[in-house]
Amino acid sequence: MKKEEIPQDKGYFGHIAKEVKYAVDSEGKYITGQSTGWKVKEEANEVAWQAFESKINEAKQRVLNGEISPVYYWMEKRMMDLAIVAQYTGLWKWRVKRHFKPKVFEKLSEKRLQKYAEVFEVCVEELKKPF
Amino acid sequence: MSNIETSVSSFNHLQAAHCENGVTTALLGHYGIHKVTEPLAFGMGSGLFYIQLPFMKVNGGPAISFRTMPGMIFKRTCKSLGVTVTRKKYSDHKKAMAELDERVLAGKPTACQVGVYYLTYFPKEYRFHFNAHNLIVVDKQGDNYIISDPVMENLVTLNSYELERVRFAKGAFAPRGQMYYPGENLHEPSDEQMKKGIIKGIKLNCRDMLDIPGYFAGTSGIAHTGRQIKKWKNRLGDDKSRMYLAQLVRMQEEIGTGGGGFRFIYGAFLQQSHQFLPVDELFDISNQFTAAGDKWRDAAVQASGIFKGRLGAQADYDDMGDRLIEISQLEEKAFRQLKTMIKKLK
Repeated sequence: MKKEEIPQDKGYFGHIAKEVKYAVDSEGKYITGQSTGWKVKEEANEVAWQAFESKINEAKQRVLNGEISPVYYWMEKRMMDLAIVAQYTGLWKWRVKRHFKPKVFEKLSEKRLQKYAEVFEVCVEELKKPF
Repeated sequence: MSNIETSVSSFNHLQAAHCENGVTTALLGHYGIHKVTEPLAFGMGSGLFYIQLPFMKVNGGPAISFRTMPGMIFKRTCKSLGVTVTRKKYSDHKKAMAELDERVLAGKPTACQVGVYYLTYFPKEYRFHFNAHNLIVVDKQGDNYIISDPVMENLVTLNSYELERVRFAKGAFAPRGQMYYPGENLHEPSDEQMKKGIIKGIKLNCRDMLDIPGYFAGTSGIAHTGRQIKKWKNRLGDDKSRMYLAQLVRMQEEIGTGGGGFRFIYGAFLQQSHQFLPVDELFDISNQFTAAGDKWRDAAVQASGIFKGRLGAQADYDDMGDRLIEISQLEEKAFRQLKTMIKKLK
């Protein structure tokens, strides 16, 4: 990559900080330069975000249909998976999975709900009624 | 946030392409070693790599990495300079914070491994469950920690709740409160020591890229991914293939790589090595890595054509796969030449 080829497109990270890139100058010597973002990379990030969004929407629909509890929705919304939720809550994976059942979720203790709310960064009210 | 003042006035915040290189360079600099630049730390730490982990998925896509295991760059670079390394993990959150406080309040900047998901100064779009980020805690003022994060342009702050949370992030590579630091009052290494460290780093990197058995790691791993890409359209369908290609590009071009999947940083390393290891062939091999990095970037453009839906025929996937197979050959040639060059030195 030549110095003048360091991409200066609009980037998500570029709002916060420019990134350091390595490139060669006109004499072939390596220098560092700053980049605000690269379109190709930003597009790749958008594809990843779309994949997350569609999983979140699917989860939302399943909660609305009464098939699954809000714990599942918040897990997807926070881009977590079963293993991550289990680790943050300190529960076994199978227990978290059980809490995906709407009937089991309704009977959860206040303390348990509080823990989930903390992990998902919402209040208990939002945890129970996400939409 | 350039107005943050720190009582550890001698600490110089260093913005780097990659967090672990940056932490290594800045901490060594603070404790007395100034010869090690970011590219030299990367090369002495044998940072360049390629692997597509078999059977493993990350966010439902292929698990690909362009660099060595987290923690290795710091460890190897310090080791080859004879610098002692202390690394501590904790199960007790309070103890983890107390021991960090003790060092920081004594004016000793200390590195921590953290997860970025709860890292408040990161943009929302970058807060994935990624746990191998590195930063330096420079100072503590009241409840606020002054943080030197190598990917940021200036110092930033985290309060104690926020710092504890990222130090104990959960998921793959959970940092478990890890903090690490080199010894103090370090002596500037001699040029001979630098030379030895560079040779050691190159040797290990040649081994990692050329000699790991199997098809998934090193230069053969790149060709493996290339061959797989040609089958993706049929095997996975268009939607999933697009997501897979986007993931490849993210791993290659994301913040921290310096562009071109770390290949440009490696090119810079070989150039900068010349002052300690005066072999002119280094410049030629450096050019080869620059060319490889450029090919990686061209391949990313091709991939974006597919994942944005501008391209999508089997021929387009074949083209993408062939690009990686070509890169694999380029890098294999470059590493073989590097290996022969190092052998001739003795």
